[in-house]
Amino acid sequence: MTDTTSQSGPMLAADGTPLKKSLHRAQRRQKVRALMLIAPLLLFILVTFIAPIFDMLLRSVENDIVPDTLPRTVVALQDWDNASGEAPDEETFRAFYTDFALAEEQKAHTRLGSRLNFEMSGISSVFRSTGRDVGKFDTDYYTDQFVDADEVYEDPVQWSEWMADDGVASALPQTADAYAGWVKVLNEEGDDPLDEDIPDFVYTALYHDLAAGANPPVLPSVDVSGWDDISLKEQFIDSNEDWADPDIWATIKAFSGPYTAGYFANSIDLQSTPEGFAQRDEDERIYIKLFIRTMVMSLAITGMCILLGYPIAYLLSHLPARKANLLMILVLLPFWTSLLVRTSAWKVLLQNQGVINDILVWIGIVSDDNRLALINNANGTIIAMTHILLPFMILPLFSVMKTINPSYVRAAKSMGANDWTAFWRVYFPNSVPGIGAGSILVFILSIGYYITPELVGGVDGVFISNRIAYHISSSLNWGLAAALGSILLVLVLGLYYVYDRVVGIDNVKLGG
Amino acid sequence: MKLTKVLMATSALTVGAGAAFADGHMASDMTIVSWGGAYQNSQLKAYVEPYLEANPDVNIVWDESSAEAVAKLRAMSETGNITWDLVDVEAADSMRLCDEGLAMEVDYDQLAEGNDGSSAEDDFGDSIVSDCFIPQIVFSTTVGYRSDMVGDTPPESICAIFDTEMYPGKRALNKRPLANMEWALLCDGVAKDDIYDVMATEEGQEQAFAKLDTIKDDVIWWTAAAETPQLLADGEIVMGSTYNGRLFSAIAEQDQPIGMLWDAQMLDFDGWVIPEDLPEDRLARVMDFLYFATDTQRLADQAAYISYGPARASSAPLVGKHAELGIEMAPHMPTDPANSKNVFVTQYDFWADYRDDLDAKFQAWLAN
Repeated sequence: MTDTTSQSGPMLAADGTPLKKSLHRAQRRQKVRALMLIAPLLLFILVTFIAPIFDMLLRSVENDIVPDTLPRTVVALQDWDNASGEAPDEETFRAFYTDFALAEEQKAHTRLGSRLNFEMSGISSVFRSTGRDVGKFDTDYYTDQFVDADEVYEDPVQWSEWMADDGVASALPQTADAYAGWVKVLNEEGDDPLDEDIPDFVYTALYHDLAAGANPPVLPSVDVSGWDDISLKEQFIDSNEDWADPDIWATIKAFSGPYTAGYFANSIDLQSTPEGFAQRDEDERIYIKLFIRTMVMSLAITGMCILLGYPIAYLLSHLPARKANLLMILVLLPFWTSLLVRTSAWKVLLQNQGVINDILVWIGIVSDDNRLALINNANGTIIAMTHILLPFMILPLFSVMKTINPSYVRAAKSMGANDWTAFWRVYFPNSVPGIGAGSILVFILSIGYYITPELVGGVDGVFISNRIAYHISSSLNWGLAAALGSILLVLVLGLYYVYDRVVGIDNVKLGG
Repeated sequence: MKLTKVLMATSALTVGAGAAFADGHMASDMTIVSWGGAYQNSQLKAYVEPYLEANPDVNIVWDESSAEAVAKLRAMSETGNITWDLVDVEAADSMRLCDEGLAMEVDYDQLAEGNDGSSAEDDFGDSIVSDCFIPQIVFSTTVGYRSDMVGDTPPESICAIFDTEMYPGKRALNKRPLANMEWALLCDGVAKDDIYDVMATEEGQEQAFAKLDTIKDDVIWWTAAAETPQLLADGEIVMGSTYNGRLFSAIAEQDQPIGMLWDAQMLDFDGWVIPEDLPEDRLARVMDFLYFATDTQRLADQAAYISYGPARASSAPLVGKHAELGIEMAPHMPTDPANSKNVFVTQYDFWADYRDDLDAKFQAWLAN
């Protein structure tokens, strides 16, 4: 075909355009139409599924809050050696004072405190107590001094004119920076900087600029040489002595970047120390244990579902249609009942004074004071979840078994195979795709389960999802929850890959 | 150029008009978030229905999401779409919301004075645990026991929880460190006044866990307060901790064979917070409602429907009888002098600082 076209020039379509081009166009049109048809679904999935997952993945490393709230401190801390065993110098505390006063204005310091508290417990209270004090620091001395020297220093309109002057701004870098930060905060809150009193920290910055020898134009000259030098480091330590603790500063420095590995480290039982990440104390490690437990118990539940579901699916597919339909309704009935109702029903059945234990005692299998512990432990989770997930195993198995031609087994038997051999060598291999599909469904569903383990799992029957839920709704540590969720996602994808290599995903069938 | 000026002038006018409009106008819809169940019903009867009677044009929508309020408010604030107007939360959650800047700081002068003339702030007193919190009720976490399973010697001290010889059988405790660690230290001989100092130290925490270790195999851990009354009714446990209102309803309303301990009850508060950044008209409506709903009489009325104490000191003398059973409610309040001989007031500052740390340790202790 190509040979002929290349010999006699391009083949032309009816309208004279080259056939290749015309075909392309037609195909493109078809592709666009196909795309348009799936566009609503694609958009829906993008908005409700892909975007949230991406957002979650991002949250697990996001750490904007520290550099955004303490921009000046983060820069000043770069020169501080966290192995020095001492709190940073006065210079850093000056930067920190401006940052902190601005943060307090926006109530951002408490939020930052809660975030850093995830890394070092107790920081939150240090931030909160100092937040109450920072407006009462002795730095109002500078305000009074400047206003006493010349009343024009009290006038916010005058200030805004000075700060608009490039000469002043470059002569007084700290003052201009503090003033600009303050104006930004006021603008965000909808207040007018021309109506508000200039805060102490701006006067403090002005004093430090002038004391360093700045000689700004325009401003009325003030001689600051005889003034008291108030140590901001002492002010902070007076407010809360923990500011003298280098560990706090090491934590701020360690988490000063816009991204952090801290949440992921936390979720594999590591903690940050001045020397980098180290393993937590043995009695504080929980996450790896929970991941392993989630995997092992999900496997156990999948195994139980195969054992219980296979015979039922076999029976269903071999009964006459009328009886099979009746049985099918029995399989589906619990499927239509609320998850909570089913789980609560299991509580009634399994508890110590429950129906199952009562019957066992009545028959005499167990003694009255030795009742079986079937709930509030791992047993409870496995029993209840096996029951809840059983339909997900039976349905794919049934639809695969329905398609297995009965003449295969008859043929095997006619060639001398006994019942077992015919089943094991002929029937079973044909039903494996159903087992595969059911197992994937059950396993992946159970890995993410959390209501049932929460209700019947007690202490040793809860999953990693229960911790994720706790961090989302209760501790508000969304970064850690996102990191745990991401790890879970990667684990599932990894297992899927292994499954594909071992069993082959083509061998999975949800139906005929 | 001219056009832009005209446009700008018009928009400035519209904004100005909008603001002026909002000043004198209150929104007619209000979404209130609460806990559902008997507690929400007590709010409905005591002040929401009376308020609606006085303001028939107002439409109130209930959302029973208080248990997830903190997470949901944070999500709303991130998307900038605040759909709630007033949220009922526990005191500890109000601190968290205030710290995160998700709840509004309250000006207590805008609330009703006590009927004895004291300012709202003085009337609420210690129950104002954070700047964003408008308290409603005092409740306590305490212990109920199965009266037919303790023989002739019903427990009188909180330490009965740890006495498995005298009171064999399972006990139900809350699946979080709060209250359990305090009780463990108290029963391990730590003086009541020293407990939080001891609990702040590593050794103190180990001591508390060691004490809890002695009953670890006998404990069923609950996450919903309704579990304990149910487990008691089923005879699954001999005793368990829960909120005093739940025990009251199991004993007085359902007549179960249950007794309760007031010893070492953990006092806690529940109240309103207002989401940050509400539009002015909605905020005006909320403040109008709060002025009515948190006054002395209304808080006292609430106690007729549920056995939680009013948060205002001036309400206590007005507490009357149960609306349906007709029994005096005062003796069933956690703040009644006979019940409050030995009381813990939850230390919110301590728990705000140590919550994450102790929770991680507690969960690890449970798992190991």
